[in-house]
Amino acid sequence: MSARVQAGLTHALLIVWAAVMIFPFLWMLATSLKPAPEILAFPPHLLPRAPTVLNYVRAFQTAPFGRFFLNSLIVAALSTAVIVATSTVAGYVFGKFRFPGDTAIFMLFLATAILPLETYMVPLYLTMRDWHWINSYPGLVAPYLVMSFGVFIMRQYFRTALPDELLDAARIDGASEWRIFLRIAVPAASSAMAAVAIFAAIQAWTGFIWPLIIASSQDMYTMEVGLAFFQQRFTIDYGAITAGATVSAVPIIAVFLFFRRHITEGIAFTGFR
Amino acid sequence: MLLVPAAFFVLFRVIPIVQTLRLSVFSWDLISRVKPFVGLENFSALLADSNFRLALSNTTVFAVVTVVAGVALALVVALPLARRLRFEGAYQFIYFLPFITPTVPEAVVWKWIYDARYGILNYALSFVGIQPVGWLLEPRTTLWAVIIMSVWKTLGYNMVLFIIGLRAIPAEYTEAGLIDGATGWRFFRYLTLPLLMPTVLLVTVISTIGAYNVFTQVYVMAADIQGSPGSVVRVLIYDIFENAFRFYRMGYASAEATVFFAIVLLLTLAQFRVLRGGAE
Repeated sequence: MSARVQAGLTHALLIVWAAVMIFPFLWMLATSLKPAPEILAFPPHLLPRAPTVLNYVRAFQTAPFGRFFLNSLIVAALSTAVIVATSTVAGYVFGKFRFPGDTAIFMLFLATAILPLETYMVPLYLTMRDWHWINSYPGLVAPYLVMSFGVFIMRQYFRTALPDELLDAARIDGASEWRIFLRIAVPAASSAMAAVAIFAAIQAWTGFIWPLIIASSQDMYTMEVGLAFFQQRFTIDYGAITAGATVSAVPIIAVFLFFRRHITEGIAFTGFR
Repeated sequence: MLLVPAAFFVLFRVIPIVQTLRLSVFSWDLISRVKPFVGLENFSALLADSNFRLALSNTTVFAVVTVVAGVALALVVALPLARRLRFEGAYQFIYFLPFITPTVPEAVVWKWIYDARYGILNYALSFVGIQPVGWLLEPRTTLWAVIIMSVWKTLGYNMVLFIIGLRAIPAEYTEAGLIDGATGWRFFRYLTLPLLMPTVLLVTVISTIGAYNVFTQVYVMAADIQGSPGSVVRVLIYDIFENAFRFYRMGYASAEATVFFAIVLLLTLAQFRVLRGGAE
């Protein structure tokens, strides 16, 4: 077999497989744009013949998807802001200072990432209950305020990319440690912080079991929880269900489109948490 | 400076983890004032609990099939992609997309694909002479439906790890193999695969941990006729969730979470052994 034939075959297989992988997304989008008779048409056709946004209108009218979307945005924004702050501070301390037990504490931070949230969600829920954080934004973000992976990224950055001389020069000029951190370290680390922010935002947006147990009234549902309940109640309205699904998936797909390389490699190396 | 992040780690991670272990030896219904110490009774009750045993066996079947299929398929697509062929970026993007997208909308779409009457899967299968399958109507087929969806979802993640692993194989080895005239399957079997073995083991362990953690797609796709979510295929996390938040058996659910904890820990130890083996 010649090299060209072989390359052609490889591409053919990869394209077929890509079609299989992307089909559910296309089918979701297509169904969400089809009028009801087309959705149940037999035999089914891929592209909507008379595209309509009525499914989206109906979804937003029958369930407060606007509110769900807003809740997801708030949770993602809060979580991202806090994770970036905690990761940067902790990463800076671990990367630039020596103190007794520093490695042990750093390892403990990392070690907690081994266990998924599901192992300790019961006691964490009980704590939230004691604090009256059930069904509130603080409760929704509580497990998403620190990220071991974020601390790790920031520590690596400060250790390898920020020269000590820069900080020492500022110390000689009499700047306080906080001032050095905010004026020198933080601006220098902005691209590493952006990477942490992307992971934090995706993690918060895609979380499911935690908002499912913490949000007890509809006005606190995130997009994921709202969509899960919506499809339970309107099992057969696939137009509205796929419309809701599209709205929930698009922000993450857009983020992925923009930051593709960072995301695949970053996640592959460490996973979330 | 470290105080706030450290406090968060302790409050929202370390303490709940320790509390899970502690709660597992108590019996508590969330409301009563008394919280009697029951020793290992929760664990012995778990052993006799048919729901828990079903959950454990379902999750294990799910994990084994999903991991074997997910690892094998990921390796097949990673092999050509690791050679930096054309459009590699586009392929990687598409294969990774299901992994990064939130699970609820994906599960919802798959539910529609699996629909017994109008679903496109049964329609496609009719061309090869397969009678319509009631995919999500009975436990056996539902488990398979969830497995197929989960392989689709996790494949891209495994693929990226394999690509990194394949590219890390030093060129001297592959050149030596080519000079010896090894090609195709033999080249893969006797050269690539042994060199890639650490990555294969690593991916296997990571995906097994992920598979034992399965919940969201089951919750959405495995709802029964009455609409009770996730009950058709009982998995471990679902059982914990139900005991804790539907039946308010907090101690019992914590005992179950402790079993899950032990499974994750064992798999992680295996992972560290693999990593250490790879470094030697």
